[in-house]
Amino acid sequence: MSLAKRIIPCLDCENGRVVKGVKFVDIRDAGDPVEVSKRYCDQGADEITFLDITASSDDRETTVHTVEAIASQVFIPLTVGGGIRTIDDIRMMLRAGADKVAINTSAVLSPEFVREAAQKFGSQCIVVAIDAKQVSSEDEALRWEIFTHGGRKATGLVAVDWAKRMVAYGAGEILLTSMDRDGTKNGFDLALNRAISEAVSVPVIASGGVGNLQHLVDGIVEGKVDAVLAASIFHFGEYSIPQAKEYMASKGIEVR
Amino acid sequence: MKNKVVVIDYGMGNLHSVGKALEHVGENISLTITSDAQQILEADRLVFPGVGAMRDCMAEIKRLDIDKLLYQVRQEKPILGICVGMQAMMSFSEENEGVDCIGLFQGEVKQFQENQIGDDGELLKVPHMGWNEVKHTVDHEMWHGIENNSRFYFVHSFYVKPDTGSEHSATIVGESNYPFPFCSALAADNIFAVQFHPEKSQDVGLQLLKNFLIWDGRQ
Repeated sequence: MSLAKRIIPCLDCENGRVVKGVKFVDIRDAGDPVEVSKRYCDQGADEITFLDITASSDDRETTVHTVEAIASQVFIPLTVGGGIRTIDDIRMMLRAGADKVAINTSAVLSPEFVREAAQKFGSQCIVVAIDAKQVSSEDEALRWEIFTHGGRKATGLVAVDWAKRMVAYGAGEILLTSMDRDGTKNGFDLALNRAISEAVSVPVIASGGVGNLQHLVDGIVEGKVDAVLAASIFHFGEYSIPQAKEYMASKGIEVR
Repeated sequence: MKNKVVVIDYGMGNLHSVGKALEHVGENISLTITSDAQQILEADRLVFPGVGAMRDCMAEIKRLDIDKLLYQVRQEKPILGICVGMQAMMSFSEENEGVDCIGLFQGEVKQFQENQIGDDGELLKVPHMGWNEVKHTVDHEMWHGIENNSRFYFVHSFYVKPDTGSEHSATIVGESNYPFPFCSALAADNIFAVQFHPEKSQDVGLQLLKNFLIWDGRQ
């Protein structure tokens, strides 16, 4: 027996509230990220990812308080992403109790930021989040590029090369979202996940497209990732984390 | 009398998690996160955490005389080393082209090689990140209430290889596999040190911290 594959529920939060809805029947306030995190932790989630989608940076204080509140009650790793732009942003989140920060747009705007952050805080807490979209046409070899601003803005960066570069700069983990699959419930982009996971030495978290438990298994077995991230299948109570783990274990995947 | 717990702060990384976890499980404790020598000397027990690169860690440890303090109190009070804190207790680390460490225990800190293949034929990633089993190789008070082979949360690229045959040697009390067995917990006298993060290992981790708060420093 060795290292378990991880299941990571993801909370999208705006102004300190979980958005995209969470529908647990038996919690008091389904919009409260602290209650929701606790619930996932009790169910056996291996980590929690908290993505702050608050548009204005004025409300960062709310986010810091939320992270503090989660970290004082949830004793599993917590990753915080969204709007991480400066070394001070990272310091603030780590001080609030985050274990890792996810850097996305800022890495594209300034790759050196990742290097500086990794040197300062250690690779173990620097996750680079990558939003990739397939750009090759059907008769071409598969190719993906990096997009920012929620998939609206092309950067021309080739996803596999970008991931390798970010690892060389000190990223300790890659959070890989397929913009083609996000929100579709059609499963992860397995070819994308496999291409990146086989290209880098660090762990890769697959994200975007989970609609059922077999998708989680496919991500690990065929996508070759180390962890799977999902939001809606857990939020809406379609599946619980114990169910997901049981199913994965039945397919021969090592889980906690 | 309050149980005075000091988390030694040498400026490296996030010590709040371990502080919060100790406060969560501790009854009647006073918790201080500091590098102050007086407070370290007066504490009932010490937690020695750490993240980041060894060269930077050791530079700060030496600048603040934490190494000397640890030598001074090593027989006096229970000490819990966590992650890089555990590694810093060894004599030498391969990290950053080689760094001399505190040397409470004989042994080296070595890097996980990339491109290792696991039992299932899959490529093993470095850092070793996630939940792995810890086998109790020795029955120890710190394992009380924790099932053998429970999973704890790890995140590290280097591991400790204690030299168990020498005079200042520690005992391997916990072992994990990645893909070969490595020392994930060691103990000697008043010191218990772990490679994983008890503060991030949910119930089993909290149990270990609880055990530490009542441990008298003997096996």
